[in-house]
Amino acid sequence: MAELLRQAWAVARKDLLLEFRTRTAIVSAVVFTALVLTVFNFGRDPTAVSALDLAPTILWVTFTFAAMLALNRAFQLELENQALEGLLVSPLSRTSLYWGKLLANLAFVAVVESVGLPLFVLFFNVPVGRVLLPLVAVIALATLGFVAVGTLFSALVIRTRFAELLLVVLLLPFLVPPLIGAVQVTARLLGDRPLSEAVGYLKLLAAYDIVFVSLASFLFRFTVDE
Amino acid sequence: MSLLHRGRWITLLGLALLAGVYVRALAFTPVERLQGPAQKIYYLHVPAAIWAETAMVLVGLGSIFYLFLKDRRLDRFAAASAEVGTVFAAIVLTTGPIWGKPIWGTWWTWDARLTSTLLLFFLYIGYLLLRGAVRDPALGARYAAVLGICGMCLVPFIHLSVYLFRTLHPQPIILKPSAPSLPGSMLATWLFSLGVFTLLYVGFVTQRYALSLLWEERNGA
Repeated sequence: MAELLRQAWAVARKDLLLEFRTRTAIVSAVVFTALVLTVFNFGRDPTAVSALDLAPTILWVTFTFAAMLALNRAFQLELENQALEGLLVSPLSRTSLYWGKLLANLAFVAVVESVGLPLFVLFFNVPVGRVLLPLVAVIALATLGFVAVGTLFSALVIRTRFAELLLVVLLLPFLVPPLIGAVQVTARLLGDRPLSEAVGYLKLLAAYDIVFVSLASFLFRFTVDE
Repeated sequence: MSLLHRGRWITLLGLALLAGVYVRALAFTPVERLQGPAQKIYYLHVPAAIWAETAMVLVGLGSIFYLFLKDRRLDRFAAASAEVGTVFAAIVLTTGPIWGKPIWGTWWTWDARLTSTLLLFFLYIGYLLLRGAVRDPALGARYAAVLGICGMCLVPFIHLSVYLFRTLHPQPIILKPSAPSLPGSMLATWLFSLGVFTLLYVGFVTQRYALSLLWEERNGA
């Protein structure tokens, strides 16, 4: 287990270092997030719909779209110079390769979300101060689930035609359960409702994470082996 | 008799019996008191829905065994089941609104059952797109198997997540813990229809399986 995590960390560190040195993907993703939030502002009538009613939708549509950008990048960058073959012949277990990619993707999405959340608060004037901790916990819970599935699928589509488009088409049905859960919990948090109202959705999010992280860790080997 | 012909005969028998289902449903089954003739669509809608979901589970099971046994037959079966499931999901999604317009007053609503069937349909479409997007057949089969297993595991989550919403859709009246609350003659028609849809599923899958076998022989795969 310790060896598994050490290897996973090595893969994640490599990806993050690469990202940190070029910074193109992360900057684009952050700008994209800001742009989506801006577009949302023009897509509603502020006199008819209050920001608070629309807030969970805005937040989660922005986060899921931004996450999909990140997921496309994960294995695409390994295609250049057959870097993926290099990773596969190295003494890495397939599971740790997946975990490494998952960690890097999670870090990437977390950065985007940590910029997106304050921007969202600023643009839509939604007070989140009182519920910041539970809100961050819900964001983490939902993000883990769909990034786990997305990382698996991004390995699945790299050798196909129209990889970017196919990833979105395959992933969106899988985004719906965590999205529903996250939106419902967020709405209750922002509306000052007791958390006990959202227990069902929280259980759903937790179960989704457990099932899909384990399933993806197991299935990943079938997507990369020749 | 070749597999393709056998599949054709099963399908033809199924289609003939489907006409029988119509006759029985329209002429020999009482009209429902509140919904009137619109309720007749129930005899097509529910069996199609049951098979649309069962087909996804069978895709998943076929995929699991394919990954372990590497038996091409399992992959062919999963592909065939997915295609037939897509058609059945399409039947559910067309018959539903036809019933919904007179009864609910709207073709479509973002109701739990409707949403979950729509997502099932998208899942099938994604599966078929992925199969079409990979050139190497062995690689495509493996990728499809991974997606098939994930899809099978997703179905209960879609159900759970949408069931937490309130629903407009009629609650199950046959497949529920207590005894079916349907008059005997309606239940008989429904069971007859379920049998016919089972036959159609088997017929379609057999044909599709035989076709992909022929395709593989022709292309020397």
